Amino acid sequence: MAKTSKTASSERQRWDEETLGPALGKNPERAGPFTSVSDFPIERLVTPEDLEGFDFEREVGMPGEYPYTRGIHPTMYRGKVWTMRQFSGFGTARHTNERYRYLLAHGQTGLSVAFDLPTLMGRDSDDAMALGEVGREGVAIDSLADMETLFEGIPLERISTSMTINSPAAILFAMYLAVAEKQGVAADRLEGTIQNDILKEYIAQKEWIYPPRPSLRIITDIMGYCARVVPRWNTISVSGYHIREAGSTAVQELAFTLADGIGYVQAGIDAGLDVDAFAPRLSFFFNAHNDFFEEVGKLRAARRIWARVMRERFGAKQERSWKLRTHVQTAGCSLTAQQPYNNIVRVTLQALAAVMGGTQSLHTNSMDETLALPSERAVTIALRTQQIIAEESGAAGTVDPLGGSYFVEDLTNKMERGALDYIRRIDEMGGIVSAIEAGFPQREIAEAAYHYQMQVDRKEKVVVGVNKYVASDDHEIPILKIDMDVEREQVDRLKRLRQQRDYARVDRALASLEAAASGRDNLMPHILESVKAYATVGEICARMKRVFGEYREQPIL
Amino acid sequence: MGKVGLDGHDRGVKIVARALRDAGFEVIYTGLHQTPEMVVNTAIQEDVDAVSLSILSGAHMTLLPRVLDLLKERGAGDISVFAGGIIPPEDIVELKRAGVLEVFTPGASTREIIDFVREKIPSRRS
Repeated sequence: MAKTSKTASSERQRWDEETLGPALGKNPERAGPFTSVSDFPIERLVTPEDLEGFDFEREVGMPGEYPYTRGIHPTMYRGKVWTMRQFSGFGTARHTNERYRYLLAHGQTGLSVAFDLPTLMGRDSDDAMALGEVGREGVAIDSLADMETLFEGIPLERISTSMTINSPAAILFAMYLAVAEKQGVAADRLEGTIQNDILKEYIAQKEWIYPPRPSLRIITDIMGYCARVVPRWNTISVSGYHIREAGSTAVQELAFTLADGIGYVQAGIDAGLDVDAFAPRLSFFFNAHNDFFEEVGKLRAARRIWARVMRERFGAKQERSWKLRTHVQTAGCSLTAQQPYNNIVRVTLQALAAVMGGTQSLHTNSMDETLALPSERAVTIALRTQQIIAEESGAAGTVDPLGGSYFVEDLTNKMERGALDYIRRIDEMGGIVSAIEAGFPQREIAEAAYHYQMQVDRKEKVVVGVNKYVASDDHEIPILKIDMDVEREQVDRLKRLRQQRDYARVDRALASLEAAASGRDNLMPHILESVKAYATVGEICARMKRVFGEYREQPIL
Repeated sequence: MGKVGLDGHDRGVKIVARALRDAGFEVIYTGLHQTPEMVVNTAIQEDVDAVSLSILSGAHMTLLPRVLDLLKERGAGDISVFAGGIIPPEDIVELKRAGVLEVFTPGASTREIIDFVREKIPSRRS
């Protein structure tokens, strides 16, 4: 045989025998195991042979073109760098409004609202379950009066607002619409996002109110309403972030997030909506964990899978429906309380992975978040990290710099295969809602989380400063303290509101909302009327609970 | 072991519960969204040696002292209380002064927690 017809495979064999074998004989490899942070096996070397039969044009293609593996824009960050969107909010609406005005005065063009836990759970500040939680992790919003304060003096036609809210998303969104109306801003000019991703709540974050099926009905009502009335609003941010934080692997994060996305698209279609009318308004939200290449592969695979799901499975015709747009946040769960300054380095690597993965926007965590809400100084370092990547590292100068790397393409393929396998199993269970009801994703994640912790405890996975390179001289870092008076102040404000409003109007609005919930009317106009009557978040949720019931979880250990 | 308040972060508590169970302890996990009253009721009904609460929402300075007070009120002040979560160092000092036996923060290993339970939690049956 002529030497020229030698295949890559025999070249690999030759290297194994002539070069690798003797080298291993002299210097064996480290003990390993060589696996990613998700315990995904990592190859010693990936060569063209591993990608044999790989159709680069079909699978990877060109940026800005289907299936968007290399990115959704032709020029990516040469055109415009990703949006640096840091999430914030705490205390009362008054405190947060001051903060927002400061941010806008300093050139920020978008706001990202963090609500407190009672608001996220659809409870008023004076609810017994809200004890100790009012205004602690975000801003407390009980009624339209608080929302008016939150956006006082902020022109809603000139900013985009992202609201991290899920179960009561329709209510907070309706309040935003009501504030805009008072400002004289037409609904079709409003821009922003509500997270509105209830499925991952059952899977991971656990901030639910109603059971899954009525929750999906509320979501399809929002999608239908926005397609007609608020066309520039992003109606769902399908989130893997929380799934990963709950302890999933990268493949599970990818799979369950896309399965949730599939669930929403199917629900929209089942509700009679045109897929191309709502799909372009769905966006995604992924985690960026420590394992650099795994994260890059995950984001590249996500775009390819989604494009094909939308075009082939759902028959979407518009390109905008095929593109997976995503926000990324660095992994909170990867940060350590020990040697907290090391977290700056972790966040840097994670942020770089998000950028190499082609994200549209990014939140970088602060080094002190395992100890408390971040201090201003820590937040500034987190933002500077993004600015250094964008403007000093050179990473933003070329499109998909890791595309074509044998290792990264192979890893992208493997992430894709792993995720498609999960999606197939979920389809076989009857879809994501049935899978959630059966506890499937919850169990898979709990298993992965426990497995990882055992690996850390056995030191098979290294966490610097925690199970290796431990030092007793941990540096103390300054920590943000939240005023304990916030809760009393907010409860007093709520009491005054209840005394001042027109009760008959509140009653009428809530009664018509309940009737709509029992029937098939779109809920949004009824929720809008309820918030305009100054019905509270808790009252509106309680009324819908009468019809929809309340979700209870069977805890899975 | 339980989650009090609205906080849904249950990754840690579930891992610790499972690790303690695997280490041979009898573990009762209350699930999410418990009130201090519910936790104390369960603790007394089940006649436990210790109550462990996981709080990552920042409400620890309200909820933990409330559980300690309720246990005392119900004549069960000898039940040990320990906690885990995102809890700043100065709050840990204050909580320990109030009677919380130990506070574990992110990065604590399950082995550390198992050893603590084995060595530091007195049995109420002796």
